[in-house]
Amino acid sequence: MTQPSNAPQPDSAALTDIFRRMLRIERNDNAILSTIRKGRLQMPYYSARGQEVIPATISHFLTDEDQICTIYRGIQDMVAKDMPLKPLWAEIAGRVDGTCKGKGGPMHLTHPPTGVMVTTGVVGSSMPIANGLAWAAKLDGSRRVVIAYFGDGASNIGAFHESLNLASLWKLPVIFVCPNNGFAEHTRFENGTSVDQISKRAIGYGMPGFTVDGNDPWEMYAQVSTAIARARDGEGPTLLECTTFRFLGHVLGDDNKYMAEGELAAAKEKDPLPLFRQRLLDEGHVDEATLAAMQEKIEAEVAEARDFGLASELPPVDEIRRDVFAQEMMA
Amino acid sequence: MSTTTTSAAKPAGTSKMNSLQAVNAALHQAMAADDKVLVLGEDIADPEGGGVTGATAGLSTKFGGERVRSTPISEQAIIGAAIGAALAGYKPVAEIMLMNFTTVAMDMIFNHAAKLRFMSGGQTSVPITIRTLTGAGWQTAGQHADHLEGWYAHAAGIKVVAPSNPVDYKGLLLSCIEDPDPCIFIESAGSLFVPAEVPDDQGPIPLGKARVVQEGSDLTIVTWSSQTVRAQMALPALAEAGLSVELIDLRTISPWDRETVLASVRKTGRLLVAHEAVRDFGPGAEIAATVSEELFGDLKAPVRRLGAPKCPVPFAKVLEDAYIVQPDQMVAAAQALMG
Repeated sequence: MTQPSNAPQPDSAALTDIFRRMLRIERNDNAILSTIRKGRLQMPYYSARGQEVIPATISHFLTDEDQICTIYRGIQDMVAKDMPLKPLWAEIAGRVDGTCKGKGGPMHLTHPPTGVMVTTGVVGSSMPIANGLAWAAKLDGSRRVVIAYFGDGASNIGAFHESLNLASLWKLPVIFVCPNNGFAEHTRFENGTSVDQISKRAIGYGMPGFTVDGNDPWEMYAQVSTAIARARDGEGPTLLECTTFRFLGHVLGDDNKYMAEGELAAAKEKDPLPLFRQRLLDEGHVDEATLAAMQEKIEAEVAEARDFGLASELPPVDEIRRDVFAQEMMA
Repeated sequence: MSTTTTSAAKPAGTSKMNSLQAVNAALHQAMAADDKVLVLGEDIADPEGGGVTGATAGLSTKFGGERVRSTPISEQAIIGAAIGAALAGYKPVAEIMLMNFTTVAMDMIFNHAAKLRFMSGGQTSVPITIRTLTGAGWQTAGQHADHLEGWYAHAAGIKVVAPSNPVDYKGLLLSCIEDPDPCIFIESAGSLFVPAEVPDDQGPIPLGKARVVQEGSDLTIVTWSSQTVRAQMALPALAEAGLSVELIDLRTISPWDRETVLASVRKTGRLLVAHEAVRDFGPGAEIAATVSEELFGDLKAPVRRLGAPKCPVPFAKVLEDAYIVQPDQMVAAAQALMG
């Protein structure tokens, strides 16, 4: 489907906010990478470097009331949604001040106060649960929406199909957001998916589906604002496929051997972060001094969060008996 | 002695019902008491017949189609919707028509419902109840009748409940719905239509507490679900054989009532565990192992287990009968234990 002709356009403030969220994601990602490389953080890391426009634009439209279910490559989705970084860092470091007390780690980060309800390590599993949160939003009579993030590979698992069908049938306020980065783990998109655009699958479930340039904030803004308005107004779900590229492979340490010669380099040429920054300046949406101050503030926040996380205590061993059930298990 | 079930005359303030009707009564009671209770599943609303067994009949008419929703045949979507609604403060009761079909939703149940509280460090919880029916005896063969309570009992973070009579069906289902954690509530073919008097004001019965069906001194028999019904059929023959049997209906498989079982075996010195689930690696192995670890010196005979052979549930009646642990096999095993 094509973009609606009367699509809303972002003003300078919106664009600057989207950029702030992108920068927060990228600076945080950079700090995670450098801390891992220094040997001060041991964790499996699925960087989403290169995909920042997608959650940054979506989160621009969300409040803390709105909820997300995301996946193992989802730290960017939380950072975009302004989840506080201190408990995030303590969690990825496996420390007691982590948002999950060090028991979930990077693949299960959870922070209900900012609407981060579920992070799953299982491909596709964000979607069935997002439906339930959206059902609750409807029952509550609220206007909150739920975002289900999932990768392109997840559109081939049964949970995707069951979830889209149910969400459409029940007109749930959920937006299915698929950053399509071209690879399902190491398998090229076209070798694992029977259609050339995941958005085409929306037709089979009677819901609107769009393929958007996920590296273009203007295109993203138009489609996301429409999808979220639809959901808030009780008109049901939308499937958004957002094309993008992941710069650091499937998992940190990936040798990218499955990529074509020059493919990664070409993608990096089109890195959305510096391109968007330059365009913001060129079009006069924001000035250099404002962006420099923004960056300084974000870097200070990230550094403080990293230091906090790494200085936090290890969890006491008896934590393994807590939170299995509401009632603590006997020793 | 039976503490909670039938008596000859109809006591005041009770109603005779089977376990299916007890489930229906519990759901009506829970939905009326708490508007956070939701019911969802295939065919469960009244336009679709109120459930294939009728367990949910009347609910959608009384409480409305938003709280009582029939779903597509999509087990992952059903459990996922229940989990999400639970994360947002609701208490969904999801029906998965048959226990074998819960395997289609295993990722949702095992990786998510059971683990989200722990993985979130207690920030979120999943107070869902999964009602599901199973059991051999209706010639439904290999994919409609397995007792998988052992699979779920092996998982951390989910409670497993398997009642045998209408009072327990009602009381334990009410407890599952109120419980702050996920519960799988197993309804069984062999126990579903056995009627009993159920107090009209029957409230929740605590999870994790076994019921002593009959006290005795020679031998402890631990069973649950349909196998308790079969054990009760065996009681007259056991009495005739001169055995004083203490029959324990475990009712909750996880967490199981170690205290009641250990106290009983400490007294009798002999234990027979019988269940409809496959014997090998079944829940009986856990109970036998615990009793052996805790009471080795008190045992007068090795612990004995009875369960189904390690084969799929067969179709032909003669084979299905051979698959199920029959009352006479329980009598024979009890006599063998006495030496």
